[in-house]
Amino acid sequence: MDIRLTINGAERRFAPPITVRGLVGEMGIEGKRIAIERNGEIVPRSRYDETALADGDRLEVVVAVGGG
Amino acid sequence: MGDPLVIAGKSYDSRLLVGTGKYRDFGQTRDAIEASGAQIVTVAIRRVNIGQNANEPNLLEVLPPSRFTILPNTAGCYTADDAVRTLRLARELLDGHALVKLEVLGDAHTLFPNMPETLAAAKTLVAEGFQVMVYCSDDPIVARMLEDIGCVAVMPLASLIGSGMGILNPWNLQIIRDRAKVPVLVDAGIGTASDAAVAMELGCDAVLMNTAIAAARDPVRMARAMKLAVEAGREAWLAGRMAKKPYQAQASSPAEGLIGKTA
Repeated sequence: MDIRLTINGAERRFAPPITVRGLVGEMGIEGKRIAIERNGEIVPRSRYDETALADGDRLEVVVAVGGG
Repeated sequence: MGDPLVIAGKSYDSRLLVGTGKYRDFGQTRDAIEASGAQIVTVAIRRVNIGQNANEPNLLEVLPPSRFTILPNTAGCYTADDAVRTLRLARELLDGHALVKLEVLGDAHTLFPNMPETLAAAKTLVAEGFQVMVYCSDDPIVARMLEDIGCVAVMPLASLIGSGMGILNPWNLQIIRDRAKVPVLVDAGIGTASDAAVAMELGCDAVLMNTAIAAARDPVRMARAMKLAVEAGREAWLAGRMAKKPYQAQASSPAEGLIGKTA
């Protein structure tokens, strides 16, 4: 059964098991300069491979944009 | 010259800090920032646009952190919690970079800062090792509180963000400058070059702006104007202006030797 993840405020379904690394691949943002927060905690880039995502996880995936 | 701006122990030659928002495209962003001579540039942190073109250029490719000091901001945050989370993400994004711009807004209409939330966020961030440059109201007491918390620079507004109204209360800025032991930067409200020069003539250590450059008819030219204005204002401050002598005209040319007089 799929797991539900809330990514940047929108719910999406994924087939388990899925790690943060896998999610980044699914989103097509591999290699981009991003940062990820999972359930309020930063997921360091060095831990993408080992961080497994679970049903109900809330993720924020951000980039730098122009601003003042 | 030997007059560096020192923030959190690091020296900068330029006293103009610029934002990267509101430009037509990345080409114009790069050209304007080049013309401004700025070494510290602010960026915002926003959600990835899911499904965006993977080949879309990234701002940090245009402004490489190897060349510029990237100053992530918390623009758009209305609570201490959101601001802290945003800057934790920024630190991860920028490989442990600690220098940040904190701003916690209180009102969507005026974009005035919410100082109680700003103070709370500053405490948390300083405790977590961030070097906090903080957008604040032009209240000398609040500025001192932020300094006491450990912020590395205080950045009072000149007037409303993006308004271009210039410096509305030079006296408060001067009081803040006279009392602060950390750099004081005027942040927000600059409209044109003379505003930037006045900020520097008041003794402020630097000026941070975005819209004044980006919304000019010719942003690249205005960026250069701002560079010159900040330099001119700083030089005037260091030179020490003449005393004002109200109602006391004093000719610069000699009074003697005028023609047509009897000897």
